[in-house]
Amino acid sequence: MTNVADAAPAPGSSGRARPGLRGLGAATEIDVRLFGMVLALAIILIVFNVIEDGKFLRPINMVTLAVQATSVAILATGMVLIIVSRNIDLSVGSLVGFIAMVYALLMSQWMPDVLGMGSDFPFRWVIALAVGIAVGALFGAVQGFIIAYIGVPSFVVTLGGLLSIRGAVWYLSSGRTVTGLDSTFQLLGGGGRGSIGGTLTWLVGAVGVAAVIFLLYSGRHQRRRFGFQLRPMWAEVLLAVLGCGIILLLAWFANGNYLPPGLATEYAKEHNIPVPPGGLKVSAGFPIPIILLIAITVVMTWLATRRRFGRYVYAYGGNPDAAELAGINTRLTILKTFVLMGVLAALSAAVASARLNGATLDVGNSYELYVIAAAVVGGTSFAGGIGTIPGAVLGAFVMATLSYGLSFIGVNSPGQNVVAGLVLILAVAFDAFNRRRGGGSS
Amino acid sequence: MAAEIGAGAPLLEMRNIRVAYGGVHAVDDVSIDLNEGEVVGLVGGNGAGKSTLMKTLSGAKRADSGQILVDGKVQSITNPRDAKALNIECIYQTLALADNVDAPANVFLGREMTSALGDLDDGAMEDATRKVMARLNPNFTRFTQPVRSLSGGQRQAVAIARAVHFNARIMIMDEPTAALGPAETAQVRDLIRQLKNEGIGIFLISHDIHDVFDLSDRISVMYHGRIVDTVKKEDVTADQVLGMIILGKKPDEVTSEEMAELQFGDAPTQ
Repeated sequence: MTNVADAAPAPGSSGRARPGLRGLGAATEIDVRLFGMVLALAIILIVFNVIEDGKFLRPINMVTLAVQATSVAILATGMVLIIVSRNIDLSVGSLVGFIAMVYALLMSQWMPDVLGMGSDFPFRWVIALAVGIAVGALFGAVQGFIIAYIGVPSFVVTLGGLLSIRGAVWYLSSGRTVTGLDSTFQLLGGGGRGSIGGTLTWLVGAVGVAAVIFLLYSGRHQRRRFGFQLRPMWAEVLLAVLGCGIILLLAWFANGNYLPPGLATEYAKEHNIPVPPGGLKVSAGFPIPIILLIAITVVMTWLATRRRFGRYVYAYGGNPDAAELAGINTRLTILKTFVLMGVLAALSAAVASARLNGATLDVGNSYELYVIAAAVVGGTSFAGGIGTIPGAVLGAFVMATLSYGLSFIGVNSPGQNVVAGLVLILAVAFDAFNRRRGGGSS
Repeated sequence: MAAEIGAGAPLLEMRNIRVAYGGVHAVDDVSIDLNEGEVVGLVGGNGAGKSTLMKTLSGAKRADSGQILVDGKVQSITNPRDAKALNIECIYQTLALADNVDAPANVFLGREMTSALGDLDDGAMEDATRKVMARLNPNFTRFTQPVRSLSGGQRQAVAIARAVHFNARIMIMDEPTAALGPAETAQVRDLIRQLKNEGIGIFLISHDIHDVFDLSDRISVMYHGRIVDTVKKEDVTADQVLGMIILGKKPDEVTSEEMAELQFGDAPTQ
């Protein structure tokens, strides 16, 4: 996998064997920066666990934390491409709020009252989601057009978007909180019902394992096809064991989270299982929003690294003039990044509103800041051209873990913000230091 | 004097090209031509219009008026894609490389190889880049690192590889040796001769009068947006070309007084 989009590209087939950790990194071609983020996340989790005497690292906490991080993580995958191509989108939080309100009004009022689509109407949730995605794409296209074709700086356009779209939310609902989503739509928010259950979780894990092995195999096959130097076999095996191990560990962990007693009893009735005296333990497995996030991360990574669109986004970020002179339609490329951001805002809004079973005036408030922070902590550079999608997702999880962990040990929300801000600066400073020392290539 | 060679039209003709920035004529009624396997040196002081003229050929800048003919046929070049479709490749002085992506990605930028489903075929692109590089710079090994980490000569090789891989017929080289050390300069000179022998027509923009005399068949001198004269290399001396660059006059129009002043200020060059 030669991945030009990586912030810290692994030394390629020409890399010579080096001793120690660096040699290990070179042979396996693991993105060192990404690996460092995983390590940092693990350390944060362990530290909180030690402080809380082992009460932190429990499936129920981890699942809650993951679902909380999802909305921001979904947006961060798109923000990476926006920042990589030297723009910024400050309007995402407001757009999430607007679309969340559209979902709420659509399913609680417009559909049943105006369109005659009662709660028994088939696929209401699909229709609602399609409307939301269309609204997001439209807002993204309008902002993207003004930025790419008229030439107004993205900071200005999306700052305007931040203010006016948030204001528009009020007009949508006249300031009211709207509740009552479609019951299937609510599953997007996770929780006991919105989880895929134990069997499916193992199946997802199996699919993940198969994907890891397939990717490694096809990568090796591709190299052999052109006679490039192959990774040593031990490195391939190590990667496979590591990849599959992490996936199966996550699946096992998610299955350690059980349905709440009420739902478990319901489950028992449906399946004619007698409820044992201590209560039935039914694995909840992966929450649906996490499945959605995984799918989005895979698709976005594919777009960024395997498609022309992604290549153009990174090339433009690296050198706008070069991209233009290479004959790339740079304006259309920029427009597309904003349309994509709008679509992701719709998906993020779906998770956020599903969790609330409705929408308030300030769904998605300040999301733009968390999303930008996640992307930057995940290694995205404001200089353009550098950043990865898995990095941004990890960044979102690092930030969410910090705030969840801090609240767990009793730090209030202003205190969480203080820490989040400091971590943001620290992460970027560390990066800047590393890049200078590594001469930009490590 | 355009179609003096043989039966066919020249490989390229640019006729009466004009480009104005605001009220200033950066290129003013310039006509120039190029044959297969020929190197035409384009010289002139800063702001003489060399680069602007070449930008109209590479599609980076649109000419306000004038015609471009390839193989005798009038062509319209309004953007870089048009030029590339006519096998006109430009190696810019800045190299126009995206520093954050690797050499194959740069070579194929805008013209990526893809699978049937439209996925990028990085393996095939790296393979093709290795093949071109084997010709241009056999010592080049860093195919999977961002070009940011490459030396000046290696970056130049990437920029040239782009032109060579896509079978350029007309190549524009804007100051190809300006940022290079002596060894790398020699390498680029060899390469230009090799490309010329393969029948590629080359416009060579250079400040280095040695480069120009060494490599060119003909030399066109520009001064304040106009062509002073286009001369065969054998017919002039380096001093005469320098005189044209600095004074903007043909050698026979220059007074002996002006010439003496020139020689006083500038040591004679071979």
